[in-house]
Amino acid sequence: MAESDNIVVEIAEKIFADLADPQTINNDKKNSWQAPLWQALSEAGLPLSWVPDDLGGSGASLADGFALLNAAGRFAVAVPLAETMLAGWLLAQANIASPEGEMTVLPASPKDRITIDADGLLSGRARGVPFAKAAKRFAVLAHGKDSVSIALVDASKGRIESGLNVGYDHSDTVTLDKVQAVTIKAAPKGVDQTTLMLMGGVARSLQIAGALESMLGISVRYSNERVAFEKKISKFQAVQHNLARLAGESAAALAAATSAADAIANATSFNDEVYLEAASAKIRCAEAAEKGGGIAHQVHGAIGFTIEHILHRYSLRALAWRDDFGSESYWAVELGKLVARRGADELWPLVASR
Amino acid sequence: MTAALRFDPIRLPPECEQLRKEVRAFLAEEIAAGTFSPFKPNREDTDVPEFSRKVGAKGWLGMTWPKKYGGQERSFLERYVVTEEMRVANAPTRRFFVADRQSGPVLLKYAPEHIKMEILPRICRGEICFAIGMSEPNSGSDLFAAKTRATKTDGGYLINGTKIWTSSAHIADYMIAIFRTSPPAKENRRHGLTQFLVRMKQPGIQVNPIGQITGQYEFNEVVFTDFFVPEDHVLGEVDGAWKQATSELAYERSGPERFLETYYVLTELVRAVGPNPDTRSAEGIGRLVAQLHTMRRMSVSVAGMLQAGKEPVVEASIVKDIGTVWEQQLPHRVRDLAAFVEETATNRETLERQLDFAIKTAPKLTIQGGTTEVLRGIIARGLGLR
Ligand SMILES: Cc1cc2nc3c(=O)[nH]c(=O)nc-3n(C[C@H](O)[C@H](O)[C@H](O)COP(=O)(O)OP(=O)(O)OC[C@H]3O[C@@H](n4cnc5c(N)ncnc54)[C@H](O)[C@@H]3O)c2cc1C
Repeated sequence: MAESDNIVVEIAEKIFADLADPQTINNDKKNSWQAPLWQALSEAGLPLSWVPDDLGGSGASLADGFALLNAAGRFAVAVPLAETMLAGWLLAQANIASPEGEMTVLPASPKDRITIDADGLLSGRARGVPFAKAAKRFAVLAHGKDSVSIALVDASKGRIESGLNVGYDHSDTVTLDKVQAVTIKAAPKGVDQTTLMLMGGVARSLQIAGALESMLGISVRYSNERVAFEKKISKFQAVQHNLARLAGESAAALAAATSAADAIANATSFNDEVYLEAASAKIRCAEAAEKGGGIAHQVHGAIGFTIEHILHRYSLRALAWRDDFGSESYWAVELGKLVARRGADELWPLVASR
Repeated sequence: MTAALRFDPIRLPPECEQLRKEVRAFLAEEIAAGTFSPFKPNREDTDVPEFSRKVGAKGWLGMTWPKKYGGQERSFLERYVVTEEMRVANAPTRRFFVADRQSGPVLLKYAPEHIKMEILPRICRGEICFAIGMSEPNSGSDLFAAKTRATKTDGGYLINGTKIWTSSAHIADYMIAIFRTSPPAKENRRHGLTQFLVRMKQPGIQVNPIGQITGQYEFNEVVFTDFFVPEDHVLGEVDGAWKQATSELAYERSGPERFLETYYVLTELVRAVGPNPDTRSAEGIGRLVAQLHTMRRMSVSVAGMLQAGKEPVVEASIVKDIGTVWEQQLPHRVRDLAAFVEETATNRETLERQLDFAIKTAPKLTIQGGTTEVLRGIIARGLGLR
C-alpha cells in the first residue's frame, strides 16, 4: 500500500483497515459491515470532505479529497463515499448546504439530461446512477432554457429502477417527473454538465488506479506463494513479464489519475488543459482496468475466478467504474474532436502545457 | 506487499515555459532557414554539424553540468523541455544527442579531471559526437557475454575485437565502450568488464557501415586491431563496469525520446482529418492523445525524480517499456485511421510518406537501448520476483 502522506488519507486508511477489510467483507453475505463502515466514515466527516464548514462539511481541500478516493479504490470500498463527496461538491458550487447521509449525483452519464421547467420543476431520466437506491438525497445538475441549475432533491421524489453494474454495486435508473427540489440555485459560470462529468470521471479514475495498485499487490504476493512445476510461479519468466505489464498499467493509471487530480485542484477553470487531463485520465484508467485486470486474473488462475477470492472485488469494480460519468470511448471521441478543432499545430502545445 | 510505484504529478516550473518559448522560436527560425524540415521524418543519416554548434551556442547542451565544464547548471526539467521540443520538431539531433544524454554524464562521473576539462566543454559547444560501444556480435541483451579484450601494456591497453550495431560510429569522435579486462569470476559472471574512453579516427580502428531496413546508414561494425588506449582513458573501476553500465542505462530509458520517435504521424493525421472528424477518427485520435499525455506525464515525473537526486530505475524502465510499445504501434494505428481520410486532404501525400518511413522505423523501437523483455525483467526484479 502507498504510504499515506496526508491526515485525511491516514484517517480513511485506518477506518478501511478496521472496517472494510476486503476478505472480511467478501465473506459477509449479509452486508452487515456496511452500516458501521458508513457510520465511521461519517463521524470522521469524510463523505462531506469537499463541502466547506459553513455548508455543513469538513472543508478538506480538493487534493485531499482526491487522495481519499484513491485510498478508497485501494480497498475497493463499496459504500457511496465517492458519490456523496461528488454530490456535496456539486451542491457547494451553488452554495447549497449538504445534509447528513448518503447522496449521489444526477445525471451520471453525459448523454442524460435533467431539465428544469418555468415553474422550477425537475424532469428527466438518468441511467447508471451509482448508489441511487442507497441515497437519501440527490444532487442534481439541471438545464433550463439558457441556464444551468444545481438542486438538492429528496431521493423519495424520484422513481428508481434498480440495477447492478458488473461489479455487483447498485447502478440505478432514476426518473424525475416534475419534481420539486428542496433547494435550487443557479450554477456558477463555468460549472455545467461537462464539468460534472469530468469531475466524476477523475474520481472514478482515482478509484480505478487504487484498485489496480491492490491487484498488483495481491498478484505479486500470490505468484510468490503458488507453486507449480516445483517452482514458485513468480520464477517463470512469462509470469514475471505479465506482472511487469500489470505494474506498467497500474503505474500509468495512477500517473494519469493523480495528474488530472492535481490539474483540477490547481485550476481556476475547466479549460482545455484541464479537459485534456481529466478526459485522458478516464480513457487511460479504463484501458488499464481492462488490460491490468485481465493480467491479475491470469496470474491467479482459477482461484481468482471464485466468488470466495477477493480479486473480483477489485477487478470487476474497476471494470464497472469505466462506465460511470462517460466511458472511455465517449471521452475519446470528445477529446479527439477537441484536438481536431484546435488543429494539428496546436496538439503538441496542448500536450506540453504542463 | 510491493512498494507502490509513484509518479508524482510534477508541474514544469515557470523557467521551463520561458525556455520552451525560446526553443520553439529557435527551431522555427532554423526551419524557415531551411536547416531541416519538420515534415520530413528525422533522416537519421543526415548529419548537420552546424545545427549542433548552434544548439551548443544557445547553451542547450550539457545543460545540467557544472559551469566549469561548459555546462549551465540548469535543471533536469529544463533539459527535458529542450529534448522534447527538439524531438517533436524532428530536429537533427543525431550528432549531439548521445553525448548530451549519456556519454557526458559518464565522463562527469568517472573521467579524470584533465579529460573532463578537455572534452566536456567541446560537447557543450556541439563540436563532438559520441558513440556507445556495448553490443558485440554475441553480446546484446546479455551484455556480460562481451569478449572484446583490453590487454594491459605499457602506459595503457591494447584492444582487440569487434563491436556491432554502434550507432553513429562513422561520424563519432569518441566512443565509450566496455571491454573485457579479466575473465568473468565464478561467483560473479558480470565481473571483468571495464569502461573506456576511445578516441575514434585513429589507426587500429575500422568502421564498417551496416544498412538498415529504413534505407539509412546509422549502424556500424567497429573492428579493433591492437588499438591502443592510454591508461588515463579508463573510466571508473577496472573490472567493475557492470555497476556503472546499469546506472548509465537509467539515463537512456525514460526521456521523451522514448515515446516521440514516430510522433510526427499523429500530428499529420490530425492535419489530414481537419476540424470536423468523423466519430471513428475522433475516437482514434482521442485515445492516442490520452495515451501520449499519460506517458508524457510519467516521463516528466521521472525527470522530477532525477532532479531530486533519486535513481528511479524501475520507474524509468516502465516508462520506456510502455513508451516504446506505444511509439511502435502508433504508425499502425494512424495507418488504420488514415484509410478514412478524404482524398482531398492537402497533406495526404506527406502523411503517406511519413507513414511509410514510420512503419519501417517501428521494429527497432522496442530493441534499441534494451529490449522489452530485458526491461520487463528489470521491472520484475523491482517487484521482488527475482
Ligand atoms: C536502432 C538501434 C540502435 C542501436 N544502437 C546501439 C549502439 O549505439 N551501441 C550499442 O552498443 N548497441 C546498440 N544497439 C544494440 C542493442 O542494444 C541490442 O540490439 C539489444 O541490446 C539487443 O541485443 P541483440 O540485438 O543482440 O538481441 P538478442 O540479445 O540476441 O535478443 C534477441 C531476442 O531475444 C530476447 N532475449 C534475449 N535474452 C533474453 C532473456 N534473457 N530473456 C528473455 N528474452 C531474451 C530479446 O529480448 C530479443 O527479443 C542498437 C540497436 C538498435 C536496434
